[in-house]
Amino acid sequence: MEEIYQQFIIDLYKNPLNFGKMEEPTYRAELGNATCGDSIELFIKIDSNGKVSESKFIGKGCAISQASASLFTGYLKGKSVEQLNIITKDDCLALLKINLDKNPSRMRCALLVFDTFKKAVDQKS
Amino acid sequence: MFDVDKIRKDFPIFNNKVNGKDLIYLDSAATAQRPIQVIDSVTGFYKNKNANVARGLHTLAEEATISYEAVREKVQKFIAAPDQKEIIFTRNATEAANLVMRAWGEKFIKKGDKIVTTIMEHHSDFVPWQQLAYKKGAEFVVVDITEDGQISENEFEKKVKGAKFVAFSAASNVLGTITDSKKLCQIAHDQGAVCFIDGAQSVPSVKTNVKESNCDFLIFSGHKLMAPFGSGVLYGKTEFLEQMDPFLYGGDMIREVHAERNSVWNELPNKFESGTPDVGAVIGLGAAIDYLNKIGMDKITSYEHELSSYLLNALSGINGLRVLGPTEPKKRLSLAAFSMEKIHPHDVSALLDADGIAVRSGHHCTMPLHERLKVDASTRASFYIYNKKEEVDLLVQSLERAKKIFS
Ligand SMILES: Cc1ncc(COP(=O)(O)O)c(C=O)c1O
Repeated sequence: MEEIYQQFIIDLYKNPLNFGKMEEPTYRAELGNATCGDSIELFIKIDSNGKVSESKFIGKGCAISQASASLFTGYLKGKSVEQLNIITKDDCLALLKINLDKNPSRMRCALLVFDTFKKAVDQKS
Repeated sequence: MFDVDKIRKDFPIFNNKVNGKDLIYLDSAATAQRPIQVIDSVTGFYKNKNANVARGLHTLAEEATISYEAVREKVQKFIAAPDQKEIIFTRNATEAANLVMRAWGEKFIKKGDKIVTTIMEHHSDFVPWQQLAYKKGAEFVVVDITEDGQISENEFEKKVKGAKFVAFSAASNVLGTITDSKKLCQIAHDQGAVCFIDGAQSVPSVKTNVKESNCDFLIFSGHKLMAPFGSGVLYGKTEFLEQMDPFLYGGDMIREVHAERNSVWNELPNKFESGTPDVGAVIGLGAAIDYLNKIGMDKITSYEHELSSYLLNALSGINGLRVLGPTEPKKRLSLAAFSMEKIHPHDVSALLDADGIAVRSGHHCTMPLHERLKVDASTRASFYIYNKKEEVDLLVQSLERAKKIFS
């Protein structure tokens, strides 16, 4: 369990990347995790070439959910709309470089940003 | 003398390791650990006495029925209820609350009636009444807590004015607050209201006397007082239980069933115990009550006060940690829910878990309370008769370590 709390995760928790709101996003969604009160709002902007030019989030939660959101929003940048459609849960988890197979509840924290992303692309804002 | 080392020996789970460390179980408010006496009574029942109850006439069935009914008597004495038939077995406290909501509430609450509960309730003692109010067009009123996490009698009295039904917990699972149930019941009764007490947290820790508190209903769960899962209790005054119709229809709650005219309900308590009950769990509940009685409820309460003052004092030494609830140890159970600056409760409990310490984090089924306190979630360490002061020290060490990792 302890190996979860690697320095880069703590650092991302304290100083998240891509944190903030966005004016006129192409995609936007908000999702919460009722058991712990965590929530994430995700924004994605697609440019005229059909690629992600900007991707941001705001929210609150544990180190895992916040670090995951920082990494995942970075991962989205430059992807085409077609590429967005084929991103999987495993792609999201791979960014964290930690194994959460034995921690189903922490897995939910890590995937909150992915679930928010799915909701966003399924319901264009 | 309260011999905690001797008590611990009765709990096989403490022989296990968690993450290679000794288990430090600080989650008894969620569910208690079970002593070998309870475990043995359940296996003993299945090995030697297993049969359905209140149905067969053969020897085994008679024995099972006698054992099952003997537990009803134990529960009656344990909470000082006037009559055995006022003890209804349910699966848990939540089911008992829903029984009252359906069988009493839906029959007697009318449009415009006032239903009162408090902001510190567990969802089980909040949502049923809220839903009842919505369904019936009744008024739903929530009593606030003081800054110190207590129910103020003044505020309670004001809110309860003209109420028909009032529900509150005898002890809070988050604030740890022990309420003056006798006084609050009296205030409710002065207004002519029916008084319902959630005893899920208090019954395991504080001597319960329904005659003294004079409540009309009381609920609790066996699993929080070391009995098996699946054993819950509703106590209700005979006059109320008699007025109510069954909550579940089927076998055993019925005396006569005819194809061409209406059925006749069975008498108390069977009227509310439809379907085959969890007999094994109820037998285990009897063993748990024996276990508690052998130690003595008064001794348990005073040991818990000792633990809670040690705990509050130890936690007050941690910078940036805020304990929710009363500051006076005697006003609370031996548990503390807290929030820490800059560390999310999930991360706190994960880091404690690495040290073998089991605590709970989240909103503990009290979302209205967390909203009121303006915290998204908290971490809760809850202690029971098998916990030691040394475990408080280990908790504090582990919290300091978590702080360092996040600093
Ligand atoms: C105060 C309180 N009321 C009710 C309940 C519900 O108990 P159960 O889930 O066993 O029905 C709990 C359990 O967490 C509780 O702490």
